[in-house]
Amino acid sequence: MPTEPSPAATDARAAVAAALRDVPHVPGAPKPDPVLIADDVRRMFGGVNAVDVDHVEVQRGAITALIGPNGAGKTTFFNLLTGFDKPNSGKWTFDGRSLGGVAAARVARAGMVRTFQLTKALNRMTVMENMRLGATAQPGENLFAALVPAVWRPREKAITEQAEELLARFKLDTKRDDFAGSLSGGQRKLLEMARALMAKPQMIMLDEPMAGVNPALTQSLLGHIQALRDDGMTVLFVEHDMHMVRHISDWVVVMTEGRIVAEGPPDSVMNNPAVIDAYLGAHHDTDLGDDALLDDAVLEQLRTEDEEAR
Amino acid sequence: MDWTRILTNVAGEFFAPTTAAYALAAVGLNIHFGLTGLLNMGQAGFMLLGAYGFAIATIAGWPLWAAVLIAIAAATIFALILGIPTLKLRGDYLAIVTIAAAEIVRLVGRSTALTELTGASSGLRGNQYKDTFQDASPFDDGTWALGPFEYAVNASNSWWIRIVGWVVVGLACWLVWLLIRSPWGRVLKGIREDEDAVRSLGKNVYSYKMQALVLGGVIGSLAGILYVLPRAVQPDSMGRSMTFFIWTILLLGGAATVFGPVLGSIIFWAVLALVKLTLRDVVPTTFLRSEQIEQFGWIIVGVALMLLIIFRPQGILGDKKELAINAH
Amino acid sequence: MRSAVLDPGGTTTPPLARRIAALLLLALTSVTLLLVATPARAQGPVASATAACVADAATGCIVGTLRTEAGEPVVGAVLNVVGPQGELTATSDATGRWSVAVTEPGEYEVTLDVATIPAGEALRDPANNPRTVAVGLGASAAALFPLGAPAAGGGGGDTGDEPSDSPTTGTDGGAAAVPTTPGSTGSGVTAARVAQLTVNGLVFGTLLALASVGLSLIYGTTGLSNFAHGEQVSLGGILAYVGTQLVGLPLIPSAIIAVALGAATGWLQDAGLWKPLRRRGVGMIQQMIVTIGLSMAISYVFQFFFGAGPLRIVTDTPTSVSIGPVRITTTTLWSLAIAAIVLGGVAYFLLGTRAGRATRAVADNPALAAASGISVNGMIRIVWTLGAGLAALGGVLIGLYFGATSWYSGGALLLLMFAAVTLGGLGAAFGALAGSIVIGLVVELSSLWIPTDMRYASALVILILVLLVRPQGILGRATRVG
Repeated sequence: MPTEPSPAATDARAAVAAALRDVPHVPGAPKPDPVLIADDVRRMFGGVNAVDVDHVEVQRGAITALIGPNGAGKTTFFNLLTGFDKPNSGKWTFDGRSLGGVAAARVARAGMVRTFQLTKALNRMTVMENMRLGATAQPGENLFAALVPAVWRPREKAITEQAEELLARFKLDTKRDDFAGSLSGGQRKLLEMARALMAKPQMIMLDEPMAGVNPALTQSLLGHIQALRDDGMTVLFVEHDMHMVRHISDWVVVMTEGRIVAEGPPDSVMNNPAVIDAYLGAHHDTDLGDDALLDDAVLEQLRTEDEEAR
Repeated sequence: MDWTRILTNVAGEFFAPTTAAYALAAVGLNIHFGLTGLLNMGQAGFMLLGAYGFAIATIAGWPLWAAVLIAIAAATIFALILGIPTLKLRGDYLAIVTIAAAEIVRLVGRSTALTELTGASSGLRGNQYKDTFQDASPFDDGTWALGPFEYAVNASNSWWIRIVGWVVVGLACWLVWLLIRSPWGRVLKGIREDEDAVRSLGKNVYSYKMQALVLGGVIGSLAGILYVLPRAVQPDSMGRSMTFFIWTILLLGGAATVFGPVLGSIIFWAVLALVKLTLRDVVPTTFLRSEQIEQFGWIIVGVALMLLIIFRPQGILGDKKELAINAH
Repeated sequence: MRSAVLDPGGTTTPPLARRIAALLLLALTSVTLLLVATPARAQGPVASATAACVADAATGCIVGTLRTEAGEPVVGAVLNVVGPQGELTATSDATGRWSVAVTEPGEYEVTLDVATIPAGEALRDPANNPRTVAVGLGASAAALFPLGAPAAGGGGGDTGDEPSDSPTTGTDGGAAAVPTTPGSTGSGVTAARVAQLTVNGLVFGTLLALASVGLSLIYGTTGLSNFAHGEQVSLGGILAYVGTQLVGLPLIPSAIIAVALGAATGWLQDAGLWKPLRRRGVGMIQQMIVTIGLSMAISYVFQFFFGAGPLRIVTDTPTSVSIGPVRITTTTLWSLAIAAIVLGGVAYFLLGTRAGRATRAVADNPALAAASGISVNGMIRIVWTLGAGLAALGGVLIGLYFGATSWYSGGALLLLMFAAVTLGGLGAAFGALAGSIVIGLVVELSSLWIPTDMRYASALVILILVLLVRPQGILGRATRVG
């Protein structure tokens, strides 16, 4: 049950917390074991700096949340890091490899796989076909090998097994042969995440995984994200809703107007005047996170509903 | 009215060489549009290039296999030239560039500057280049009849071109059948749905689109050879209209299906022949001249294309749940 | 590209079917009325068509003239033609001419029945009877049988002196459909020629702009690449031809009516076809394919009623004036002035009026425009009407400039319009204007170096090259991805 913290999960979380204990709570703080390091990344749109990041590091094996008000440049920064957009300047390394200016497909093959804010499940393909597409090292994806089924059948079998395991974990196994378009919004988010995991990435980047997902499924999604960290994966996710973030993330990076304005563990960031200013200054109407909404009683209630829904 | 003659002629269209050539061209377009979502509006350009490559190489004295390879090479280079600037852009750019490029091939081919090579607008006569193909026939010359269908065995509009044509169409369908079921076809299908999603999974979308463009174009060039073998290389008969007919055929039969292009081509030519032959018999020439009957046929094709894409975009064989008319 | 996915749950809605059926019926009725109103023209060719073959996109002709060695026409000679279409026969007429219409392109074997030629005459080259000619649709192929004493040296000289098949028309051909403009013949790069071609290019570009601005506006507001826009241009020319030649109106009222009717077809099209398709959620790519079908249907309707030949809007020879080394007709000067005024008016509409600003707002962001209280559908209706009206004006003026219009005059220009619109940046109206001028100049000036019949190709090559280096066009700007 992903929402119940397992002993392993607690350990993993504690280990990450310990590793990050001495990191100063300042923008651009160096991490003990960074997997992603970005420097001077800038992207202009019509004279406006959409992204202007001097330095940022992402700790290996941790869940890092990238938060900020709407229009802060989070998604654009994501697009830049994953090769879906080209920066005006800047460089970054992933696991020691420079990935600045590298095409999106090669970024993914390097072990950094992303999802999208507007879910990109391939609606007219079945859930299983979606999953298989996520796999790597399928020789049948070569035009000539594709003509000789004997070449790619064994790998296809292994891929299918891997996909079935993941689908079971994400409770999508009953939907195996349904078209992805027939799934609910939340299930499509799960499918997109599961599909990304088919490539066995080192780092998974989730763009607003909670957007448009009903509260019951939000809990389950949060559980899945924590489980990824517990498996040793690095998770970077974008969110603009802070109370979702504080329950699962180990580290929070705050962006506003393209810049990184604060960093730190969730609790410390929530009380940071720069963050409050960023939210209240820019968007007075933004909900800063009414924690009553997610107190234990409510969580318990959501969990029960979640159970009943199945 | 002589129904026997009309129906015999209509039935003759079922396996005519032109029907095979259009079916093959539509199979190529199916790889572009049906499988990958590429808006190739210049399939006639691939065909014309293949026809020129084959005919010019044969006239220069090259053997049959080498002339076919020249046609394939010409289509490959053409696809690369088209794909490099456009496959990273939005889908409608590819549409405009392919239609423009096909037009360039036609305008250059019909230009008087190249008369010695291409015969300018009068084109290349069939008997300049069809000997190597006819000599490859294992059958004896003469004519042969199957029921009411009597054709020469080897010469021009022959049984030999029909046999070769439909065997090639069959092989192309088998190729598509294999590819659609392969992981390669799955990647293409993903690209057709949402290329960013496929890119995020580590697939080189640009390379796959290029492979599809080249493969479909090469099949188009072979269709071009089939098309000109029983006639002549006429640049003006292989223009924009031809591309639009191929689109109508593909959408009629069903894009993204294996046999849709073949079924579409058979129905297209048979129905057209039926309409024209019937009108010719029924309507007095004082009311409709013979060329007006032709034009009436093409008006029907245009209207049919509009109605098809609006009301039944999946065609006869397609599955609406699986077909996305999407541009990439 | 805007969302272009089919609605998976979409079911056929009968109202749309009825609407389209009604629209088609309306179109058919109106052209039928036109036909009834103009019996002279529509039936004229029938009377004379008993022998002469007219090549068009669906018909090819095999023709020839038989003369005795003395040059007298051979009357009543019989020719057998065998080919893809079966067996056909022809008989030479009083002028020695014969022709056969074929609807199936390919190779035909033509046999002259030597028994039917006058006594004492013989084929100069008996080896050349029968002879094979290749004929394509829209072209005429000549099969010549020279009579006289057999040539010395046998059949050695059978080729070279007379081409066995020389097509006279290529109506499917873009370049061939439009006559050569004044001054573009000749060769060599001289200052006078450059000046003449530059002026020609500016004129052609300005007239082309009338058509491409409409195409660009429609693309900008709806996202639709309208392949039937060429037919809107042809429509303008043909309506002006109907007005001047069939109804007998003077040129100016006839042109005004043509533009008004052209604009009305834009209004009707949007009301009867595009708006229902938008409401039904038909994707952009589907709509684009609809425009292709529409383009085919309309162009063959034109051909059905008006034939494949050129249609002269005015028959008198225009007067020319010389400005330095440049010759230009007074009609062209007037056309240029009209085009400049109209394009200025369009610019004022887009920049200076509330409706024009609303149009640009819709082009920029339809959802935001709708939220600001702009009627998006209303604006799109205005753009369709305006675009079709501009295209009709372009069709009239281009028809006057080239001396004639035809069923294909707009279709031949469609790709140049697309090139202009793409060069200027898809959807940018002023970009389309600039792009048209560039295309006009490229088309005309390129004939300094390359054969005239390849000059349209040069414009299309430029289009592809521009996409390679600057896909957003000359005036377009890069937009945010994702």
